[in-house]
Amino acid sequence: MSRERLLGAVVLLALGLVPLAAHLMGEPFTITLATRAAILALAAVGLNIALGLGGLVSLGHATFFGIGGYAMGILASHVQNYEPMFEWPFLFEGSTSMPFIWLVAVLASALVALLIGLLALRTSGVYFIMITLAFGQMFYFFSISWSAYGGEDGLSIYVRNGFPGLNTLDPIQFFGLSYAVLCIVLLGAHLLARSPFGLALGAARQSPDRVQAVGLDPKRLRLVGFVISGAITGLAGALFADLNRFVSPTMFSWQTSGEIMVFIILGGVGRLFGPVVGAAVFVMLEHWLGDMSEFWHIWLGLLLLAVVLFARGGLVGLIAGREKAHD
Amino acid sequence: MTDAILETRGLVKSFGALRASDGITLDLRPGEIHAVIGPNGAGKSTMIKQLSGNIAPDEGTVHFLGRDVTGLSTMARARAGLARTFQVSALAMEDTVLQNAVLGALGATSSPYRFFRPALKKAELRDRAMAALERMGLAGHAATVVSELSHGQRRQLEVAVALTLQPRAFLMDEPMAGLGGEGSQQLTGILDRLRAEAPILLIEHDMDAVFALADRISVLVYGRIIATGTVDEIRRSPEVRDAYLGDAE
Repeated sequence: MSRERLLGAVVLLALGLVPLAAHLMGEPFTITLATRAAILALAAVGLNIALGLGGLVSLGHATFFGIGGYAMGILASHVQNYEPMFEWPFLFEGSTSMPFIWLVAVLASALVALLIGLLALRTSGVYFIMITLAFGQMFYFFSISWSAYGGEDGLSIYVRNGFPGLNTLDPIQFFGLSYAVLCIVLLGAHLLARSPFGLALGAARQSPDRVQAVGLDPKRLRLVGFVISGAITGLAGALFADLNRFVSPTMFSWQTSGEIMVFIILGGVGRLFGPVVGAAVFVMLEHWLGDMSEFWHIWLGLLLLAVVLFARGGLVGLIAGREKAHD
Repeated sequence: MTDAILETRGLVKSFGALRASDGITLDLRPGEIHAVIGPNGAGKSTMIKQLSGNIAPDEGTVHFLGRDVTGLSTMARARAGLARTFQVSALAMEDTVLQNAVLGALGATSSPYRFFRPALKKAELRDRAMAALERMGLAGHAATVVSELSHGQRRQLEVAVALTLQPRAFLMDEPMAGLGGEGSQQLTGILDRLRAEAPILLIEHDMDAVFALADRISVLVYGRIIATGTVDEIRRSPEVRDAYLGDAE
């Protein structure tokens, strides 16, 4: 087993065991923190496909995170308020079923990623960053002005949505669900990176000329990568909204996009477990440093600076060394 | 002329006032190595980019396998069997030698939109890639990351990736660039055998290689072909001596 895989196994095991211990000791808040870390990691696993594998610096992934969040908020609020979403062509009352909400979140994010990608991928570099950022801001301001769904105040959902066979209001059960989703998506991301698609998308990042010269279309590869990336971040958004039982325009804000990117840079761009390490470190810092001072971002900033200057492979690169090429 | 694999007629390409291609007509016939030589700035790169589809000509046509491909993209031409190597190696530097070769096999044989099974475990891709690497003497380096290869090995990998396409014609843009005497000789031997499989349009500065390999040579000066002929004809041509070969002396 390579050092990187060992590190990944340890991190994943720790993320699973800490809430279990907290559950036994009766500390639900720690479980909530771990759930937060797992869901934010999932959002970053999504972005890492675009950023790490595809080399697409998207500063607009909050768009998908927010769409996932609002998919949950909108569907659940209609049930909560006994107001059907639509009555034609059939009566639809909304939904409080997580699997259904996830499906809507994933499809809606994928569709929006397709539309944004079609426009944004015509550009590259700084222009790509700016266009993705602009789309994020459009959704942000739209959500603020959409008073039907809470506008600036957001939407509170009082009862967490259901998952067959689970009591999702029990913190450890909801953690287990989020953790399982994270593990499955990590496995998918691992397979994707080695698949023909991953090989081609990675090559399109490194040498688009080469990819074209063997008859493949780098633009289309990037578009498909961007859609997959957005769909995963959208799924994370739906879970995040359910964790907080609250959705607000903040999920669409550019700070959210920035934070998701910070997880990846902190953990290691393009590294499978980079997003998990980054999100876990971020949540811990936010909790401990945030307790000491409301200006805790200064310390985060210093850490980020240190990582960027001295550990280009992020924390994963620092601990596990240079990435070994896939065999 | 109808049996030409690749043929251009009256290619014109201008950049502002500069006519980088000024009515280029040439053809590539089965089994031959057709070298295009010319001084720096003669428009060799502009010509090859029009052949590969990276830039569109202002006038003129490109025919490949009897079909007008002037309007086709680089990708479509590659899939039709036109393989290109680059003057400056264009490889996935962070990937292994085998991954680069498998990418070529992937482009040639199947769809890249497969998301779960590892690319390197697909026998049809791997076999095709390994066969190309073996022919270029790179099989022993299959697991090496490209950034760790020597310059010469990268040049060989360029050709190996083109081989994975099992193309109908090669466009080679200075494959010898930066190679030492030995590396250059080795590659000359390989290209010599390759022409039986698919003809090569060779742009090259290394005159020893050109004179050793070429069945025909075309001389490009200021966007025009001033002469086309066998090695001897070109060597004897006073025009060519004036315009080009004389420069070297």
